[in-house]
Amino acid sequence: MAATETYPDELRYHPEHDWARIEGDEATLGITWYAQDSLGELVHFEPPDTGATIAKDASYGEVESVKAVSDLITPLSGEVIEVNQKVVDAPETVNEDPYGEGWLVRIRLSDPAEAEALVDAAAYRQLLEDA
Amino acid sequence: MKLLYEKSRPGRRASSLPRPEVPAAEVPEQLRRASPPRLPEISEPELVRHFTALADRTFGVDTGFYPLGSCTMKHNPRVNERVVNLPGFRDLHPLQEEDASQGALELMWRLQEILAEIVGLPSVSLQPAAGSQGELTGLLLMRAYFADRGEGDQRREIVIPDTAHGTNPASVTMAGYKLVDVKTDPRGNVDVDDLRGKVGPQTAGLMLTNPSTLGLFDEGIEEITRIFHEAGALMYYDGANLNAICGISRPGDFGFDIVHFNLHKTFSQPHGGGGPGGGPIAVRERLEPYLPVPAVVREGEAFRLDYERPKTIGKVRGFCGPFGVFVRSYAYIRSYGPALREMSEVAVLNANYLLARLKDTYEAPFDRLCMHEFVLSGRKLKREHGVTTLDVAKRLMDYGFHPPTIYFPLIVPEALMIEPTETEAKETLDAFADAMLAIAREAAGQPELLKDAPHVRPVKRLDEVRAAKRPVVRYRFEQHEDPQGAGEARQLEAQKGA
Amino acid sequence: MSFLSLTEQDREQMLETIGVDSIDELFEQIPVGVRLGRALELEPALSEPELVVHLTELAASNIDTGREVSFLGAGIYDHYVPAVVDAVLARGEFLTAYTPYQPEMSQGVLQAIFEYQTAICELTGMDVSNASGYDGTTVAADACYLARQATGRSRVVLTEALNPQVRQVVKTYAPGFGLDVVEVPHRDGTTDPDELRAAADEAACVIFQQPNFFGCLEPAPDLAAAANDAGALPVAHVDPVSLGVLEAPGAYGCALAIGEGQSAGNYQSYGGPHYGFLAARSEFIRRMPGRISGETVDSEGKRGFVLTLQTREQHIRREKATSNITTNQTLLALAGLVHLSWLGPQGLRELGETCLALSRYAKERLSDAGLELVFPEKATFKEFAVRVGRPGKDAIRDARAAGIHPGYALGRDYAGLDDALLVAVTEKRTTAEIDSLVEVLAA
Repeated sequence: MAATETYPDELRYHPEHDWARIEGDEATLGITWYAQDSLGELVHFEPPDTGATIAKDASYGEVESVKAVSDLITPLSGEVIEVNQKVVDAPETVNEDPYGEGWLVRIRLSDPAEAEALVDAAAYRQLLEDA
Repeated sequence: MKLLYEKSRPGRRASSLPRPEVPAAEVPEQLRRASPPRLPEISEPELVRHFTALADRTFGVDTGFYPLGSCTMKHNPRVNERVVNLPGFRDLHPLQEEDASQGALELMWRLQEILAEIVGLPSVSLQPAAGSQGELTGLLLMRAYFADRGEGDQRREIVIPDTAHGTNPASVTMAGYKLVDVKTDPRGNVDVDDLRGKVGPQTAGLMLTNPSTLGLFDEGIEEITRIFHEAGALMYYDGANLNAICGISRPGDFGFDIVHFNLHKTFSQPHGGGGPGGGPIAVRERLEPYLPVPAVVREGEAFRLDYERPKTIGKVRGFCGPFGVFVRSYAYIRSYGPALREMSEVAVLNANYLLARLKDTYEAPFDRLCMHEFVLSGRKLKREHGVTTLDVAKRLMDYGFHPPTIYFPLIVPEALMIEPTETEAKETLDAFADAMLAIAREAAGQPELLKDAPHVRPVKRLDEVRAAKRPVVRYRFEQHEDPQGAGEARQLEAQKGA
Repeated sequence: MSFLSLTEQDREQMLETIGVDSIDELFEQIPVGVRLGRALELEPALSEPELVVHLTELAASNIDTGREVSFLGAGIYDHYVPAVVDAVLARGEFLTAYTPYQPEMSQGVLQAIFEYQTAICELTGMDVSNASGYDGTTVAADACYLARQATGRSRVVLTEALNPQVRQVVKTYAPGFGLDVVEVPHRDGTTDPDELRAAADEAACVIFQQPNFFGCLEPAPDLAAAANDAGALPVAHVDPVSLGVLEAPGAYGCALAIGEGQSAGNYQSYGGPHYGFLAARSEFIRRMPGRISGETVDSEGKRGFVLTLQTREQHIRREKATSNITTNQTLLALAGLVHLSWLGPQGLRELGETCLALSRYAKERLSDAGLELVFPEKATFKEFAVRVGRPGKDAIRDARAAGIHPGYALGRDYAGLDDALLVAVTEKRTTAEIDSLVEVLAA
């Protein structure tokens, strides 16, 4: 049921195990394969409200498994324009497809230049190996 | 096994009540119960059988070895149950006049004196209902103390080591403080270099368990005390691990200002399936004015409740606290007298013996003798055979043991935290060690025995994911739900380990 | 020492296996400067027979309800505890089990907690109950914490007719929680909904008691409506054994129902241990403090029970936990479950009716004897306040000389009531006892 370990090249990554797919002045956010694997099967997603402002490196919500809770750290600042209701209803979607169906929120970026501080897939993989 | 509600039959009833011959009185209509609560309708024979069956499906210290770390699952003496049920204790109303409660007041006063002696701090309140509540009370005392000195706004932080039990940070939040973490060094002590940078005028205090949840006495305790006291901060001792040092060392002597006790750990109050407990606190003289009200005091030959305490933080629990728990702990300590030291000596001996028998097969993260408990890592088994500490724990059930604490403390991967306590016989310790070694061999040769464990309990491994995703927390009368899940077989991914 | 199992020979063998010569060596990790270095100054050990004599002496100097007819209530009551409760609690498995973190070892405890949760939900008309809190005072603090997190507001409103100890505990917890506590005075023994409504603006919750501390029946549905109107969570602090005749808080708009469980299944025991209960509507399930037992299935599809939603709790969520509570009051809650099951719905109703009838009889006999009820216009359940024409404590002293404790001196907590007693009449009282009470008070 869970996906195989991948870190897609077209995404940008944050050391707290979150990814961003940047498209113009909008971005889609989620958690990486490593994060969902560490947590185990997700049972709950606590999203932010649509319209809320979130700030880079701060927590914008939570995901829970049976044994653990994890803050979701946003790699970028912006306004929440959409929450993935599918994950709210079926949190295990994140385990099955963390980069596709398992996206968490979409935001409108307030400072696109922040993307430069994020790392690419290769660097993220290296980070995991070093840990 | 059926629930009481499934055994309920209309018209059945266990109770008989007096029906006095007086006119009925009615509740005003708008306040009247419209439909009765669906309590079980059951006869006494059925009731007794039901709870007997539930007891048969429960494993207690009376059943077998229960080595949960920092829980101190020691034998609960039966004489304590006899004395707690004496009518003079059992049927005494807490608001009975003081002259008619002298036995109760005297018992509490004597227990206070005993606890003060054991930890080396003079002023005791028995009021908190559990260790966590003792922690919160201690933190509220700190707040009151610093506020009184005009330092309340300045001192907003509490320092806690990364090995701390989860109650410590939770209590910090409930007391309105901010949490500051300090690391543990490779010897298992608080990292004093990390600590120095984190303590200053903004610090209210430290919360520390010593020995720690690693089962190790902090070798730097004297330096730690110096750092905090120089900064004008207070030191709080979490007494969860007091079983290791009674009569040998006293937190009041090694620098702590506030201590809480866990009467249900060190002092034999039975755990009751989760409670009750007792969390008294002992404090240094300068904190005494802030203690909860009423105080139990002695005046000549009489004992009184003193409510005249202008600086008290208030009350944390009703009345004087969980009195029945005091009776048991008092009886327990009176059974030992000064030989209480032997309780701790044997607790530490039993733990070191088990550690010696297990440390070559499982990984012991610290190369030291332990105190009353120790931590092992199942990391090697996971790496080499793909079995987790969770699997080991479930397989231990098949050998007739309650598993130790698992996945705590957080700084040790695949942790097993083992506290045998002093009441265990050597044969039991050997049987447990033999089982652990056998399981390590099974991990290599027949790992499926672990993965499918337990095999001999009333249920097989339970699906905790389903319980969290679709919480069912009461009997659903309206749904007559089929608990078998209509042939659905759950993947137990969540059981693979944290 | 009879609680230890090691023999001398065992100790020697064990020291050898460890590789040390003496037990003292095991303690070398304790720095010399912090070792006690002397024996504990405690009285010598008592053998079991001596211990029983000592404790019997202490117990004998207390006047318990077996030695005095008691009309004392004020939060803890002399209700009958049936023999089955004692029998169930004597099972060593229940007595000595730990918290059921390993569910396969503890299905008995987990199922019992599930059944208890169900019973509390049935009594209170709520959707979810926890496995118990410490007592009837701390669950009020729990309710305030929950309401603050749920609403984002930091004011809590308490009625003055709410038990004084409950209010005091809430005020003790308030500074740490960052709460501002407001009290609404009672008006002739109950609370005025309009006054409550005015106080409840910007409040996280409103806590009222039903029946209240004076034994009076509050206009509970109107109080709940007033709170809801202000956007505050209505919290009812209720008497479990009243809920066979009084409406459930869930049926009249409350968000939470809390209370002291002692009346259902626990001996008085000088104030504890007992159990507090806390139940809520389903929308608050993830904010609930304390343990919750949930239903699930095992790997073969068989029904079983586990602790669920543990991520709320301290051992996982740590500083963001819904509460720091760990040890709770499971064994006492189990006693509550056994008692409520022994009663059944019919028995619970009868118990409530008997309390109503006997306390009405007591009120009438006292009035006939010329004693003035403090709140004569108000309906009551099992307790009521009566003026005794002199300081309450004097009346208590005189009544006790005749072998009766007549009730609680309300002047301890409320102004203008120094001459009033709070009289509790449970199903254990007889009309003869009540007649004797009237005789000593009227004298």
